[in-house]
Amino acid sequence: MGEVLRHAWVIARKDLVLEFRSRTAFVSAAVFTALVLTVFNFGRDPTAVATVDLAPSILWVTFTFAAMLALNRAFQLELENEALDGLLVAPISRTSLYWAKLIANCVFVGVVECVGLPLFVLFFDVPVGGVLAPLIGVIALATVGFVAVGTLFSAMVIRTRFAELMLPVLLLPFLIPPLIGAVQVTARLLGGRPLSEVTGWLRLLAAYDIVFLTLATLLFPTTVNE
Amino acid sequence: MLCAEDLRHSFGPVRALDGISFTLGEGQTLALFGPNGAGKTTLLKVLAGLIRPEGGRAEVTGGRRAVGWIGHQSYLYGHLTVRENLLFWAALYDVARPLSRARAAELLGRLGVADRADVPVRVLSRGLMQRVTIARALMHDPEVLLLDEPFTGLDLAAAAEFRALLAELAGKGRIVVLATHNVDEGVELATDVAFQARGRFVQLAPRGARGPGEIADAYRRAVTGG
Amino acid sequence: MTLAQRGRWLTLVGLVLLAGIYVRALAFTPTERFQGLAQKIFYVHVPAAWSAMLAMGLVGLASILFLIMKDYRFDRFAAASAEVGTAFSLVMLTTGPLWAKPIWGTWWTWDARLTLTLFLFFLFIGYLLLRGAVSEAPLRARYSAVLGICGLVLLPFIHLSVYLFRTLHPMPIVLKPSAPSLPGSMLVTLLYSFGVFTLLYVGFVMQCYALAGASDVGGAGASDA
Repeated sequence: MGEVLRHAWVIARKDLVLEFRSRTAFVSAAVFTALVLTVFNFGRDPTAVATVDLAPSILWVTFTFAAMLALNRAFQLELENEALDGLLVAPISRTSLYWAKLIANCVFVGVVECVGLPLFVLFFDVPVGGVLAPLIGVIALATVGFVAVGTLFSAMVIRTRFAELMLPVLLLPFLIPPLIGAVQVTARLLGGRPLSEVTGWLRLLAAYDIVFLTLATLLFPTTVNE
Repeated sequence: MLCAEDLRHSFGPVRALDGISFTLGEGQTLALFGPNGAGKTTLLKVLAGLIRPEGGRAEVTGGRRAVGWIGHQSYLYGHLTVRENLLFWAALYDVARPLSRARAAELLGRLGVADRADVPVRVLSRGLMQRVTIARALMHDPEVLLLDEPFTGLDLAAAAEFRALLAELAGKGRIVVLATHNVDEGVELATDVAFQARGRFVQLAPRGARGPGEIADAYRRAVTGG
Repeated sequence: MTLAQRGRWLTLVGLVLLAGIYVRALAFTPTERFQGLAQKIFYVHVPAAWSAMLAMGLVGLASILFLIMKDYRFDRFAAASAEVGTAFSLVMLTTGPLWAKPIWGTWWTWDARLTLTLFLFFLFIGYLLLRGAVSEAPLRARYSAVLGICGLVLLPFIHLSVYLFRTLHPMPIVLKPSAPSLPGSMLVTLLYSFGVFTLLYVGFVMQCYALAGASDVGGAGASDA
């Protein structure tokens, strides 16, 4: 177990170094997030619908797009010089590879969310003050959910035609439960409702994460083995 | 020890491996000649564990940890430096940090790329990249070396140094399988010679005292059915 | 009789019986007091949604069996089931709005059944697209199996999400009746309908499976009649 995580960390670290050194993916994701938030701002009529009603949906659409951008690049990194073969020849378990990509993706998306959330608060003037901690918790739970399934699928789509198009299509139904939960909880939190109202959703999110992390870990070796 | 037993593998209708069996013990070097499409790469990939054969089995004592593999691609990450690449791959083989630093320095020195150690790989020429690829494969001091046309891109000096390295490794008891087009490139190192065509070993024999010229003749006769 | 032929017979029987349901539902089953004629769609919709779910469930099951036993027949079955499931979902998604518009004045309602079927439809489409995008059979089978299993596991979560959402946001007009409290003849019509849809499912899958066998290189072919 320790060895699996150790190898996973070596690979994840390599991914993050590569990502932040070449900067392109990260910058495009951050810029894209800012762009989406800006466009939403111009699309709304403040006199018709209160911002707080739309805000959760806007936030989550933005984060979902950013997550998609991140997931696309995960295995693209290994296409250069066919490094993926090298990883498969090495004496590491396939599980390490999955967890490495998972960790790297979560960090990547997390960093983009750290840029997105303050911008969101700024542009939409939402009262985040007292609920910052639970809000971050929900963001983390939902993000892990997307990334767990997304990492598994991104390993499959790189070997298909139209890889970048396939990933969102395959992933869409799997984003629904975490998205609905995340939007609901965010809406309640921003609306000042007590946390006790959202325990059902939080439990759903947590269950989703646990179930799909386990399932993806089990199924990942099938997608990379010959 | 390296053991191949009745290996069979097809890609769709194409028979890449059609019943190949052989055994190699310590210190043996097998030079594998064959035309394009004979299945040499497939054979090496099966031995390396990248492809699970449809029939038969291949076994390397020590598993993937004991294998050093050079394929057609470099498996190097363009945005990492030469040294970072070597240390990364060594870490996946669980080579301790201080040891991997020392070995990287030694190998880069012998292969004549010590002065480029901190240069990103993407700026290297093809020949220099090949030298780094060789270093990558040797970082964990593997017992078995599977080399698929490793002399590609090497200039005379580097090729000579690489041959010296291989001779040394064979002297230490390492097993080498060397697939190549060019009789001059590896024949003097070989203890055994095999000719592969259409997925089978048309001939497998110890090299004996034969030089490149004789081997080339034998190859032409065996493969073209003369 | 080959598999395809048997499948065709079953489908034919199923279609005739389907016509029978319409007759029975419209002429012989009492009209529900509050919702009137609109409620009759229920006899077709509920079983259609059920068949789509059955199709997905069997795709998942076949996927698991394929990964364990490596028998390509399970892969073929999963593909057949997915195709049939897509068809059933599509039928339901098109007839739903067609009924909804004249009756309730809106094309779409976020009714639990419709919503679930919509996501099932996306799952099926994704599954079929994935199969279309991979040319080598072993890789395609493995990838499909992974997606199939994930889809199966996703179903309860979608169901739960929609249920949680709806208990907190009651929808205006919904097709309400749930089985146990139905009066006798309505229940009979409903059960009859379930039977017919299951029959149709089996018939269609047999045909798809047989067709796939005929076009597969190195597949079991006509010998599995």
